[in-house]
Amino acid sequence: MNSGRRHTKKAFPWRRSLWIASLLTPALVVMVLFVLWPLLSAFRLAFYEFNGLQPTGFIGFENFRKVLFEQPYSGWTYNALKHNIIAFVALMVFENGTAFLLAYALLKALPGHRIHQVIVFLPVVLSAVIVGFLWKLFLHPLFGLVNQTLALVGIGAIPWLGNENTALGSVLFANVWHWLGFPTLVLLAGMQRVGKEVIEAARLDGAGDYVLMTRIIWPLIAPSVTIVTILTFIGSFNWFEIPYVMAGLTGSPGGATDVLGLYFYRTAFGSTTTGIQDFGQGSALAVMMFIIVAGVTAIALRYLRRREIEL
Amino acid sequence: MSAAVGTRERGELLKNGAIQLMLAINAIIMIYPLFVMVMSSFKTNAEIFSSPFALPAHFSLANAERVWSETNFVRYLANSLGITLAAVALILLFSTMAAYAIARYQFRLSALVLMFFLSGMTVPLKLAIIPLFIQLDSLGLVDSYAGLVLVYVAMGIPSAVFIMTGFLRTLPRELEESARMDGASEFRIMRSIMLPLARPALVIVAIQNAVPIWNDFFFPLVLITSDKFKTLPQGLTVFVGEFTTDWGVLFTGLTLAALPITLLYIVLSKQFISGITQGAVK
Repeated sequence: MNSGRRHTKKAFPWRRSLWIASLLTPALVVMVLFVLWPLLSAFRLAFYEFNGLQPTGFIGFENFRKVLFEQPYSGWTYNALKHNIIAFVALMVFENGTAFLLAYALLKALPGHRIHQVIVFLPVVLSAVIVGFLWKLFLHPLFGLVNQTLALVGIGAIPWLGNENTALGSVLFANVWHWLGFPTLVLLAGMQRVGKEVIEAARLDGAGDYVLMTRIIWPLIAPSVTIVTILTFIGSFNWFEIPYVMAGLTGSPGGATDVLGLYFYRTAFGSTTTGIQDFGQGSALAVMMFIIVAGVTAIALRYLRRREIEL
Repeated sequence: MSAAVGTRERGELLKNGAIQLMLAINAIIMIYPLFVMVMSSFKTNAEIFSSPFALPAHFSLANAERVWSETNFVRYLANSLGITLAAVALILLFSTMAAYAIARYQFRLSALVLMFFLSGMTVPLKLAIIPLFIQLDSLGLVDSYAGLVLVYVAMGIPSAVFIMTGFLRTLPRELEESARMDGASEFRIMRSIMLPLARPALVIVAIQNAVPIWNDFFFPLVLITSDKFKTLPQGLTVFVGEFTTDWGVLFTGLTLAALPITLLYIVLSKQFISGITQGAVK
């Protein structure tokens, strides 16, 4: 195409344009077909009634009304939403809290800190399906590793995934184990950017660990905290794989582990137990999840970024 | 004074000891479950139930043989490998081409095109699965390798374009200009001069995309129904359904499924960690 010696860009502007266009075309075509078009359609389809795969008629906000205000759909929606919110709060406290402490410990660069980074990040590269099944086996009431360990200290068998009060916590625990390495290393990278000089200077001024952590490091790693918070939020509201694997499509027992991702999947693609399959209501749920995630992310970014600038 | 320094040092030593203890406990919590998983894969069911903490009496490969002969494990593994390689190759190809155009040439819509790609980074494609499903169905691509690969390519392109554009912009103009003076074609300049320099960025992009694609479960769950096209994570759910009570086989399946990426991670841990953390942070 551009083999000619004298084909400078001035002599053949159309050749140059053609070359640039051909570089851009494959990526643009894929994006338009499989991102832009589906995304725009997702908003449109939420206002349609469906018969199988076919939209049959415009019905306004009817799908939204059903999932938000009509039983039993609305009950399922709020039950799932509640668990997403619980998941977000729990992951912020337990996963990211632990990650902060680990990152601070690793910042000291004591012997073995490098190998620890590799170890803590290992589960992150594994599939959620592997992690979910592994912990499902370990949490088995009779033969699972967890209860066998507890039996050594005389604690009786607990049906972790079978009890409504412990099921969600157990699934969250597996999630923390899976992802802990991620916030740990993101926060550690943030702390390392603070710089040894700043920390040394604070130490010379007599700052202890507590003061160092709360007054120097915490404010200075604000950008990393922003990222971790937002990713945790997005992750909590798109949560699907680990609950699906550990507690099944209906969020057993009795919906105690149901989350919006599972409920959306059941509504859109049906399940053997509930029987419904409704692309319209599914699209309405997807649009609402999109609005929650995009809206909260935008507001949170604004608020958290302001905190970064002020300090 | 020396006494004061002494107490301070002792305090520091004590504190570091406590920190090391905390890290050691954490390391055990992270590693021990995986260790038990691997050890259990050599055990019989009876051994797993009666002595969960003991090492296997014999390092028997009986479970592995059953996974090999009684399940479609190898098929799932090959599917995952093929789909991941195809998707990553296309992501690298398409995004490098697009990024090269944006980074190395000045044209009118350049900024707009880049904006279009960047806005794709914020889209959670999972939530558009219904129209995506309808779209693929109308193209006859539901329940095929091609449909799944195209979805992954679409998901990977935005951040890959972002990273490659950033990297390609840093390469010096002089290299390109002097080759052009020598009469090299635009394609040759890209292929032989600029792209070899972009290799570090290509590695990061490849890892960043390969890990989530290899591990993905959601898209195969929706898009693939035939057993012969199923990926490894999806195949595991079939497999677990069939061997519910046979824990030796289950642990072996999980171990074998975890093995390829774990080995790769151990060899390339630095690239994995920076690739995955940067990938999400971008």
